[in-house]
Amino acid sequence: MKKMKLSVLLAMFALVIGVLAACGGNAGGEQSEDSNSGNSNSGGGETSDSSIVVSGSSAMQPLVAAAAEKYKEENPDADIQVNAGGSGAGLSQVQEGSVAIGNSDVFAEEKEGIDAEALVDHKVAVVGMTAAINPEVGVDNLTKQQLKDIFTGKITNWSEVGGADQEITLVNRPDSSGTRATFVKFGLDGETPAEGVTEDSSNTVKQIVADTPGAIGYLALSYFDDDSITKASIDGVEPTDETIGSGEFPIWAYQHSYTNGEAEGLAKEFLDYMLSEEIQTTIVPEQGYVPMTAMEVERDAEGNQTDK
Amino acid sequence: MAKATVNTSAEDRLILTNKNRRWDEVRGRSLVTFCAIIMIAATISVTVFLAQKGLQSFTVNNINPIAYLTSTNWNPVGSGEASYGIFPFIFGSLAVTFLSALVAAPLGIGAAIFMSEISPKFGKKVLQPVIELLVGIPSVVYGFIGLVVLVPLVRDNLPGIGFSLFAGVVVLTVMILPTVTTIATDAMRSLPDSLRQGSMALGATRWQTIRKVLIPAALPSLLTAIVLGMARAFGEALAVQMVIGNSRDIPETIFDTSATLTTIVTLNIGHTTYGSIENNTLWSMGLILLVISFIFIFIVRYLSGRRKV
Repeated sequence: MKKMKLSVLLAMFALVIGVLAACGGNAGGEQSEDSNSGNSNSGGGETSDSSIVVSGSSAMQPLVAAAAEKYKEENPDADIQVNAGGSGAGLSQVQEGSVAIGNSDVFAEEKEGIDAEALVDHKVAVVGMTAAINPEVGVDNLTKQQLKDIFTGKITNWSEVGGADQEITLVNRPDSSGTRATFVKFGLDGETPAEGVTEDSSNTVKQIVADTPGAIGYLALSYFDDDSITKASIDGVEPTDETIGSGEFPIWAYQHSYTNGEAEGLAKEFLDYMLSEEIQTTIVPEQGYVPMTAMEVERDAEGNQTDK
Repeated sequence: MAKATVNTSAEDRLILTNKNRRWDEVRGRSLVTFCAIIMIAATISVTVFLAQKGLQSFTVNNINPIAYLTSTNWNPVGSGEASYGIFPFIFGSLAVTFLSALVAAPLGIGAAIFMSEISPKFGKKVLQPVIELLVGIPSVVYGFIGLVVLVPLVRDNLPGIGFSLFAGVVVLTVMILPTVTTIATDAMRSLPDSLRQGSMALGATRWQTIRKVLIPAALPSLLTAIVLGMARAFGEALAVQMVIGNSRDIPETIFDTSATLTTIVTLNIGHTTYGSIENNTLWSMGLILLVISFIFIFIVRYLSGRRKV
């Protein structure tokens, strides 16, 4: 009987310690990532690893996870773990060496506190984005000027741009989001959007725009897969792979995979695989991204666009 | 193997600390002491860690703490000069917390009185399990129901666009109601029957007994129930984030969009890089949340200490 009790106590001790360890890991954030790094990544430069951790941009997570899944089917020994946590977290973690690959929607140069010189940029795809409009408004084309006036609050009713007599409701992204940065830079030419509803998840934004009369937000092109929201053309140019590739449609961003120093080992193999014909012609377009091979123009970190 | 080592160490401790105590007592005592030490250590480390991270905005980035707390201009990455004023979010957090407590407190305590004094059988068999079930629903589910059911309902029947302080308060009220009710019910049930019998013997009616004897006797625990509910409301992020709109202006009416400290932190923290000013200001918001939680606890301690019969 006493022995039974003792074993129960032991189990409780173990439980308490386990729970505390788990809590410590969550609260510690970066520290815990550090402690993981010793055995589970190739960011440090070891080439023999068969296991890497990829983290960063939640917008890129589905694409990279799908590619990793396929890679693992072909290479059963490889272990690639793809986390989403935001572009800032991805860049921070790859810089401090706790993950092998850090995904980002924006150039590392654009993020404060990141030494872009030390990181190597692998552009794995291009994402186009455009304004998403509630279908009942009846507007599917806006000029760049109208887009700016709507998002800066100068135009407050859809009738001013030829739509229904309906108040405009803006749906924004959080200040530091990569999608917002891209939309502000190339859609609004850097002008700060007026206040409105702010949501982070693309699915929530889509739902709000679809349900709220007079709503307008911005989404990656992959989210325009049904009739619940209207995909806006800008200056008469419809956003497609072709118009983005030719440089006619302005609002797009690279999907960056950063490594700390030149990619090595499994990280290099996986990034090469991401850029292979096989992935660029299947998973990339399937997931709603523009393949790198379709790009006839290129951009630098300052946003200057040149022909390839 | 493991058991044997623990046995010896327990024996050692027994002999060292107190020869007269029985084995069980020592074992139990060391277990609870161990748990207490871990809990205290966890609380202190969280506080120290958060203080160290949260103070960086002021020590490293030289943001003026007064301006940080009182300015209404939050614009960390916009064009022009960045400014960090979080007053609208503090206001939003306090507004949703107090308004939801204002609704949940009478409802929860009323339900507790019903369950413990008026209809104990029905209360114990039906109401209590139903209410306890509500605690187990993840907050994202509350948020999603709020987003797809409550927000359109508010939009169609009340002023504003649906996303509003009001929607946040409704969602939070439903979320903290089980906390308030469960703790209040336990408080009422734990009152000794002698109180009820004594009151009845003096000729008081049931309602008089509840109002003049039971509620005052249980008041410290009832206040704790409300403050714990408020603490949950204050710290809640996910569900509120989905219905409150997250705009950075101070709401003029209850039907305007608003934001809370927690929603701003959860929306932005993943996008910022460690050590950047914006990341530090988000940690500072976490520190402020902790400080306000401390104030909540201080208030409840003061209130319950004063009212104790």
